[in-house]
Amino acid sequence: MNDQIIFEDVSKFYGEVLGVNRISLTIPPGITTLVGPNGSGKTTLMNLMTGLVQPSNGRISVLGHAPVNSPDLFRILGYCAQFDSFPRGINGWDFIFDSLMLHGMNEAQAFQMTAEALDRVELGNAAGRKIAGYSKGMRQKVRLAQAIAHHPRVLVLDEPLNGLDPMARAESIALFQELGRQGMHLLISSHILDEVDRISDRVILITGGYLVAEGSIRQVRQEVREKPMQVLIRCDRPEVLAARMFSVNHCVEARLHADGQGVFLRTGDIDQFYSMLNGIAAEGLVKIESVAPADDDASAIYQYLIGSGGGAS
Amino acid sequence: MMMDAVNTFLKNLAQQPWGLWWIQARRLVRIEVRRNLFSWKAGWVYFLAFIPTFIIFFHFVFEYHHPSWLSDDTNVLASVIQLYYIRLGVFFGCLGIFSRLIRGEMIERSLHFYLLSPVRRELLLLCKFVAGSLSAVLLFGSATIADFALMYAGFGAAGRDYVFNGPGLGQLEAYLAIIVLACLGYGAIFLLLSMIFRNPTPAAMMLLGWEAINPVLPSLLQKLSVASYLRHLMPVSVSAQGILALLTVETEPVSAWAATLGLLVLIAAVLFYSCYRIRTLEIRYTTE
Repeated sequence: MNDQIIFEDVSKFYGEVLGVNRISLTIPPGITTLVGPNGSGKTTLMNLMTGLVQPSNGRISVLGHAPVNSPDLFRILGYCAQFDSFPRGINGWDFIFDSLMLHGMNEAQAFQMTAEALDRVELGNAAGRKIAGYSKGMRQKVRLAQAIAHHPRVLVLDEPLNGLDPMARAESIALFQELGRQGMHLLISSHILDEVDRISDRVILITGGYLVAEGSIRQVRQEVREKPMQVLIRCDRPEVLAARMFSVNHCVEARLHADGQGVFLRTGDIDQFYSMLNGIAAEGLVKIESVAPADDDASAIYQYLIGSGGGAS
Repeated sequence: MMMDAVNTFLKNLAQQPWGLWWIQARRLVRIEVRRNLFSWKAGWVYFLAFIPTFIIFFHFVFEYHHPSWLSDDTNVLASVIQLYYIRLGVFFGCLGIFSRLIRGEMIERSLHFYLLSPVRRELLLLCKFVAGSLSAVLLFGSATIADFALMYAGFGAAGRDYVFNGPGLGQLEAYLAIIVLACLGYGAIFLLLSMIFRNPTPAAMMLLGWEAINPVLPSLLQKLSVASYLRHLMPVSVSAQGILALLTVETEPVSAWAATLGLLVLIAAVLFYSCYRIRTLEIRYTTE
């Protein structure tokens, strides 16, 4: 159990304001994304697991460490918080070098690891400049470099893609994927749901301080039984297929694909739907090229479970 | 039984990572001293420390120094130390330096970088206190030495004789000890106030009032004051007139060692409580 992050019935109240309520979670290694609207409790959850706030109730364990004044935990944890602020007057190099020195490293070791972290986020050339003069994307990068510089086993990233241009975003995602493959715990909050899909092993949906769902995206989607699932079927005669599905009462909505070479069908019973589709394919009425779920992505699940127009943050 | 407990305590103490703490402490103090002394925001602390030096420099350059006025200037210097540095200069200088250490970083939203580093929070707080004290002592201590040197330099041979063959150096030592204790005492209190209050200035103003009326308070309450301890360490008694007499009066004679020890106990108690506070400190920048 010591390679997991565990929340046991954790609540946090700020006075009378609810931060999170009765959250129980077990997070294995890999990339986990926290999704929820503003004020849903994502940052509170991250602050709780890094000890920046203490739970009102419940217990948290991060790889066997309780996050309360625990130097041992901070040796294996990096947190890139959302606060866009830095110690006054500091440059990029000193920001990372000083933090490594506080790990008790000698200067040569800290020097080498600072250079490595800055290279990893491609900020080596700007290291000597004051952070106050950095662009928003550069500040985001230097925070990320500081969080990964000591080679943590757990990396917590609060909106790490904010302010990055498309190229830097792609580079960061590649870096997260690489760190995830290395067996690291990555907990990322993001409102860029398309990218959540690409990088996450699992998602945690949270709203109003309550945990709505958790698990792999497909797992979570299958749990949302009351919402008809949408399937995209690529075929030569999409209108005929849609009519047939309606006639056997296994379809609640049909929408032609923009290119006319496919149809989106919604069904309340996915198992029956697939067996009917097999029958139609066997009849030879339409020539089916491919079948793929069209709404088992984070954006769709977010809309189903949290209910806004996809404006997660 | 008692010996076992003591042995266990000593064993636990020996097992602590002292080497690591020493490395971390050195780094933390270095970072903090750099930020305390070399930033634009430190400008007004320099101003508070060196404004009397500036005035005494003009006195040295432009005024005639008759040897018979030496005792007058000695009294003036004692008044500068007791009425300006202790009551105002060090007080507001320490307010600026020490309230920035924790609260200032919360306002600037940078404290979490420290709290996320593998440093015990108590060590962090004590290092910040040491760094603040070093900065304050460096500024106000060097200002006191400069004031002293300039005050007696104008008297030529009589001044040199007073300093090196008379009570001069002893007085300077006492002034420096008072400045160090004042920096430690006010520093510890302002560090704590800045953790308790979002804006420590109103509380500091109340403390200023408390320090002013302290001599007329009952003996027990007088022990809860920095200036009351320092008054007993003054090598030259200042005979202030009118309302200022309230700031210099000695209601109850206390020996120098008792005053020093009393103040150190007060500082230790304040720091102990500050360590307790920082253990449970939460980062909620949105409420700053």
